[in-house]
Amino acid sequence: MPIPTPFHPRTFKLCTSLKWKDWAGYYSVASFDTSHESEYFAFRHAAGLMDFTPLFKYEVYGPDAAEFLSYVLTKDIRRLQPGNVAYCCWCDDFGKVIDDGTVVRLEEDYFRVTAAEPMYSWFTRHQQGFENVHIEDSTRKYAVLAIQGPTSRDILKQSSDVNLDSLEYFRIARGKLDGVDVVISRTGYTGDLGYEVWVENHHALSVWDALVSLGRPYGIEPAGLDALDVARVEAGFIMNDVDYFSAHHCLIESRKSTPYELGLGWTVDIEREPFVGQRALQAELRDGPKLALVGLEYAWEEYEELCARHALPAQAPSHAWRTPVPLYDGSGRHIGRATSGSWSPILKKALALGTVDSRYKELGTRIKIEATVEYQRHKVTATVVPRPFYNPERKKS
Amino acid sequence: MTQVAESIRTNVPTETFDAIVVGGGHNGLVCAAYLAKAGRKVLVLERRHVLGGAAVSEQVFPGFTFSVCSYVVSLFRPHIIRELELTKHGYEIIPLDATFSPLPDGRSLLRSGDPGQTRREIAAFSPKDAEVYPEFGLAMTKMGRFVKDIIDSPAPDPASFDPKQLFQLLRLGRGFKELDSDSKRLNTKLLTMSAVDFLDMWFESEILKGPMSASGIIGTFLGVRSPGTAYVLLHHYMGEIDGAFRSWGLSKGGTGQVSLSAARAAKSWGARIFTEAAVQRILVKNGSATGVVLEDGRELRAETVISACDPRLTFIGMVGEEYLDDEFVQQVKRYKYRGSSGKVNLAVDRLPEFSSRPGDGPHIRGDITIAPDISYMERAYDQAKYGDFSERPFLNVVIPSLVDPSVAPPGKHVVSIFVQYAPYQIKEGPQYWPKRRDAFGDAVVDTLAQYCPTLKDSILHRQVLTPWDLEQEFGLTEGNIFQGELSLEQLFFLRPAAGWARYRTPIQNLWMCGSGTHPGGGIMGSPGELAAKTLLKSGSI
Repeated sequence: MPIPTPFHPRTFKLCTSLKWKDWAGYYSVASFDTSHESEYFAFRHAAGLMDFTPLFKYEVYGPDAAEFLSYVLTKDIRRLQPGNVAYCCWCDDFGKVIDDGTVVRLEEDYFRVTAAEPMYSWFTRHQQGFENVHIEDSTRKYAVLAIQGPTSRDILKQSSDVNLDSLEYFRIARGKLDGVDVVISRTGYTGDLGYEVWVENHHALSVWDALVSLGRPYGIEPAGLDALDVARVEAGFIMNDVDYFSAHHCLIESRKSTPYELGLGWTVDIEREPFVGQRALQAELRDGPKLALVGLEYAWEEYEELCARHALPAQAPSHAWRTPVPLYDGSGRHIGRATSGSWSPILKKALALGTVDSRYKELGTRIKIEATVEYQRHKVTATVVPRPFYNPERKKS
Repeated sequence: MTQVAESIRTNVPTETFDAIVVGGGHNGLVCAAYLAKAGRKVLVLERRHVLGGAAVSEQVFPGFTFSVCSYVVSLFRPHIIRELELTKHGYEIIPLDATFSPLPDGRSLLRSGDPGQTRREIAAFSPKDAEVYPEFGLAMTKMGRFVKDIIDSPAPDPASFDPKQLFQLLRLGRGFKELDSDSKRLNTKLLTMSAVDFLDMWFESEILKGPMSASGIIGTFLGVRSPGTAYVLLHHYMGEIDGAFRSWGLSKGGTGQVSLSAARAAKSWGARIFTEAAVQRILVKNGSATGVVLEDGRELRAETVISACDPRLTFIGMVGEEYLDDEFVQQVKRYKYRGSSGKVNLAVDRLPEFSSRPGDGPHIRGDITIAPDISYMERAYDQAKYGDFSERPFLNVVIPSLVDPSVAPPGKHVVSIFVQYAPYQIKEGPQYWPKRRDAFGDAVVDTLAQYCPTLKDSILHRQVLTPWDLEQEFGLTEGNIFQGELSLEQLFFLRPAAGWARYRTPIQNLWMCGSGTHPGGGIMGSPGELAAKTLLKSGSI
């Protein structure tokens, strides 16, 4: 049985749809209402408030903390300034990605790492040789609320003493929210203007209450995983166990991925002191990655035409999907898979994230994606397009 | 359902048979079913009044059905279920999802099919182990894929010149070669290490290692620190790897239903099955088996005789040394049984309640393991080494009546307790066991009552089976539940004897199909299946 998060007393009452999912062992709302649409539009037009507590969290501190993290992560964390956040991944000895997440440098010698999967054991396994570093699993200590959308800044301004106008993208600030100590980071998984509020469990409910009551005039709405799923595809963010598999779970080599194959090459600082997976990644960089993660846009008219053949109107599914479908080149040769996708309500486009043979990764390349219409399999043209698919200026301004 | 077996006292088979199967345990019946399905006239002879051998359900006390000996089904091969249409004949498995391990100090661990919950449960003892646990599962799954190939085909003999066998060896070799280098190393370790050393490579918490190491010693007279026990661990883990097939569970109506479903399948294809038909001798003429002699002196003839009994019972007991080469006789005699476990079955008037987790819940619906730590397991072994049963033994407990109400009257329950160590060779000699039976039963109940204080007051009936009883009543030599230890030197092409691992015997037309043959014990059905298929392929029937 999943367990409740500290926000459960509130979310439980609000979740009238009774639609719940198990997220990392926690009860997590799929959608509060029977349809997640209003929650999605809150992310894009007002503000969505989402319980992000299930994220795995680790406090890493001590004089050797920066050295240690630089060793286990692909990024040179020593260069991360206090108050800054970095997105990165980490690999096994063979350069295969284990997980991705963020690293916050809270203080000179104090970091917080988030992960999609439990990593305490893996981090501590690499602790040898770093005498002055402590690793603590704080997953069950901190509650996290994501407040995402164009009015999120205004709502936080109403409720906290943090100077949000000066808080840049991927930075953090400490302050009080409704009298409670919080850490606010300008980060998120929706690709919009947004923040995450970190609070100790016992203050969780008062932070929730303050944000909901002060946010009401700004259109705040509690949001669930279904709305997030659509937003994260539009943002072009990949997801562990959906768009790639952690090297820890793969029975076969071909299921594993390197950062370069996942388009995370920019998070790898390759030329520096040794780090886990470095040698394999250097070799891969020399030979060039064989696969590439791409953003795909369906030729919607083609899909409409297929539907028309069956006298059907082309209907866009409201939910994001994550059942992989094969990708082909023009001659029908299998070249990869689309791993997740969604109809974008804001762009009016059908989008997908996929992994292809790297010869097909160039922007503008036209490939084929499998689409089923009336129980028949067809191939629809899809074009490789830049990620993020949706990238509003306010995200960083 | 109608009676499957006929009693030899009231009916006599008069027709001629292609094959006589000696022993109506699950392997004998599976073998008979395959032969009957292939159109052969088959006769099955079972010494007891019920079918099933060690996979048997009996109402020992009115209203309570015990899986008297073997109590869970984990390895039964799914293709056998399909090929013999066993579901149609009553085969039904209720999955067992959880493993509950209570400690004497009131703490406990529940591992279940819910990964989030299992992680939290283990993390209370070791945050590292909580995360390593799924990694261990993945590694074992990789190993299991390799081993599965071995289980699902007859063992090739490396000394053979038969190109088919050499090709099969080559295929296995290739399977090994295709494993990644990590898996190769792991496989080698698995074949040579002790269960504890192997688990030490992953885990630090005793509450995990205790119960997990126990899988490495079941049915062997070895301790959890004895080399070679890591392999046995995998053998048992296979049931869990097959999780998708939900093969790990309780048989509805007791494990006897597995045997009965095979018997019904056999009967549906025309086999005749007799109980109370004890075979005294296998008839051999000019080096060839020609039939059997029953205890009442009657002779029954067939072209082929297949023994589902263990090698010692078959060759020394029923064939006779005089018909065999000395070399072979020596091999049969050296083959180790060394029964090391017993069984206690209880009928209780209320649900057992554990002080660490009072009340009903998922924790008592799975299997319950009393193995608090490695030292406990090792101490239990120490006593056995010197000819005593363990005062505080390893226990594996299931309460089938919780998920299968058909086995007990409403509100009442049956508690099945597997116990190790109970060595066949106690210091007074095995025949002294009946005098120690009650003391053994008391030790088991006392042990469980430490965790379950109301247990003693709730007991209505108690059945205690010592290794001596397993031998006398069920024909398991030295009380070994697997018809011979599952140690490496007695597996694969060495089970039961070098050169005779492919179900044939030195006696022409005499075949073997019991757990004493490859791939071994457990309610797996494979020896019966592979024996039948090999026999049919040989063209000699």
